[in-house]
Amino acid sequence: MKKINFKSFPDKNGHFKDYGGKYVSETLMYPLEELEKAYNKIAKSPAFKKELLNELHNYVGRPTPMYHASRISKDLGSCNIYLKREDLNHTGAHKINNAMGQAMLAKKMGKKRIIAETGAGQHGVATATACARYNLECVVYMGSDDIQRQKVNVYRMKLLGAKVIPVDSGSRTLKDALNEALRDWVSNVDDTHYIIGSVAGPHPYPMIVRDFQSVIGTESKSQMKKINKKVDILVACVGGGSNAIGLFYPYLNDNVAIYGVEAGGFGLNTNKHAAPLNKGKPGILHGNKTYIMENSNGQIESTHSISAGLDYPGVGPEHSLLKDLNRVKYVSVTDKEALKAFYYLTEQEGIIPALETAHALAYAFKLARKQSKKNILINLSGRGDKDIDTIATLQGIVI
Amino acid sequence: MNRIAQVFKEKETAFITYLICGDPDIRSTEKIMHQMVKSGVDIIELGVPFTDPIADGPTIQRGVERCLQKNISLTDVFTLIKNFRKKDLSTPIVIMGYMNPINKMGVHKFAKKAKLIGVDGVLIVDLPPEESMLINQLLRENNLDQIFLASPTTKSSRLKKIIDMSSGYLYYVSLKGITGSSISDFSELKKRVIYIKKTSNNNLPITVGFGIKNSVIAKNISKFADGIIIGSSIVELIEKNLKNKKVMFNKINLFIKDISRSLASK
Ligand SMILES: Cc1ncc(COP(=O)(O)O)c(C=O)c1O
Repeated sequence: MKKINFKSFPDKNGHFKDYGGKYVSETLMYPLEELEKAYNKIAKSPAFKKELLNELHNYVGRPTPMYHASRISKDLGSCNIYLKREDLNHTGAHKINNAMGQAMLAKKMGKKRIIAETGAGQHGVATATACARYNLECVVYMGSDDIQRQKVNVYRMKLLGAKVIPVDSGSRTLKDALNEALRDWVSNVDDTHYIIGSVAGPHPYPMIVRDFQSVIGTESKSQMKKINKKVDILVACVGGGSNAIGLFYPYLNDNVAIYGVEAGGFGLNTNKHAAPLNKGKPGILHGNKTYIMENSNGQIESTHSISAGLDYPGVGPEHSLLKDLNRVKYVSVTDKEALKAFYYLTEQEGIIPALETAHALAYAFKLARKQSKKNILINLSGRGDKDIDTIATLQGIVI
Repeated sequence: MNRIAQVFKEKETAFITYLICGDPDIRSTEKIMHQMVKSGVDIIELGVPFTDPIADGPTIQRGVERCLQKNISLTDVFTLIKNFRKKDLSTPIVIMGYMNPINKMGVHKFAKKAKLIGVDGVLIVDLPPEESMLINQLLRENNLDQIFLASPTTKSSRLKKIIDMSSGYLYYVSLKGITGSSISDFSELKKRVIYIKKTSNNNLPITVGFGIKNSVIAKNISKFADGIIIGSSIVELIEKNLKNKKVMFNKINLFIKDISRSLASK
């Protein structure tokens, strides 16, 4: 059998086999084409790459450490657990990798105004930060329910000079913020660039965001090489799927087991979860074909997760392909399990993870208990400062 | 000749309206449709409610949410059209919506069923020609028109491709924006429409939608377009008169008559 080159997607039309593509109304076809051209011409040039690398080193704080979590490794059995510390990036999550890359590109395209959607607020904060750095006007759309549960990030964005616009339509979460950002973009295509926060949306976004996030996997590879260790298992949480693909992509053709962890919410048997790859079907949402959560009429279902950043009914199209090809195993973890992992890492290693990340941790810990002597690399996608309010509330504490 | 072609043959400017299936309720939608035809509407675009209408402004979004609260589905849209056809065999109906509900039903089943119950055309807002290969072929096989959008940002190279894949008519989006926005530059709009007509060798009727809110604008655009499309203004009349349907029907009727008259008198 011919071996598949897992890194050969998307094709020139933006398809990951059946998935991806450009399912948008006509007005957006031109800006998408313009963006793809600019990306291929500008962002792939050695000069741009050098400038971005410099920014990532001196402004974002890359390379992020590869940390051997020895206490929990020992506690869980014979595996070695490594954490790729994306939480130590400026602004506290992997989201800044993409925001910096796209903001730099937008600036060079001559755009004056940036729009973004955000769920947990991490992408909004990262985008607002990049816009402050590059002197770009910034507007962030955020579901009004998410504004409630991520108040600190909303305030951070405002301090950074961004305008945060609450979205009251639909389920008032990430998916609706994305709708509103797309509507803004249709209305302001001439001077505005849309920095989408995950590997979702129409082509070329899933490709661009993946490429900017791949620094996570590329760095990890050379860091593991330096300490002479071979990675056996990769684990990352999957909301839209950007931190996951960023870690996975450079490893796709290697002999490594890969797990993507979706939000199981109250459990996959309830309909209160956000696990389209586990429980959904292929459909069309936000400009691409991918696994989505929908009802029998093809209406998009509202989702539930304790973490706002995973609370999304779709997923990046490349993940849909990797699922169908059986290259990545997509699993899920409930709110409860994620919370347990949150406390465990905090107490055992002195690292407070984001609730999104806690999903990856919970599953990786399960694997560590079952497997022996494997090197498990977890993408520690973000820090938990933004979730302190949620956690305190669960404990009945008012801060 | 199919019903859509017949309209454009007979009418100098076709009057096309949009409303959402199930707004304010299924029976009222049908009633409004018949009343519209009586007052001069030539083609009706019937919207399929979808949870994530990315090309629509707040008015239509709220209309869609009203319908979703009643669980209106693509199947209900077909039922409504079937009932409408019991009394009206001549007015063309175009199903307008987003791809996911159609994908869920299955494109083969959709095309067959649409033909069977008397649909004339299909417009899928988030399905540009690039993603339309299969459905375009299926609709053709069933003698249904696929209507595509062109917009101020459409470049000439793509315009040709859009025209090639279109039948029935082309829906030119008058502005860079969402439904319910306002047109700012009429002379630019006129230039674009004339350019598109030339590109199509006058083989495809070119209609204009988005931003047509009153008879003055309608009349203006009718001077150079083959058809005008009105949507948000009608949905707004429904929304503003939810408490009294009699008043609602009456106001919509007056509005439609006013537009019809202005189109006839140009
Ligand atoms: C820390 C963290 N991890 C993960 C995610 C999920 O996004 P993605 O799946 O694109 O990495 C988010 C989103 O807000 C996040 O803030």
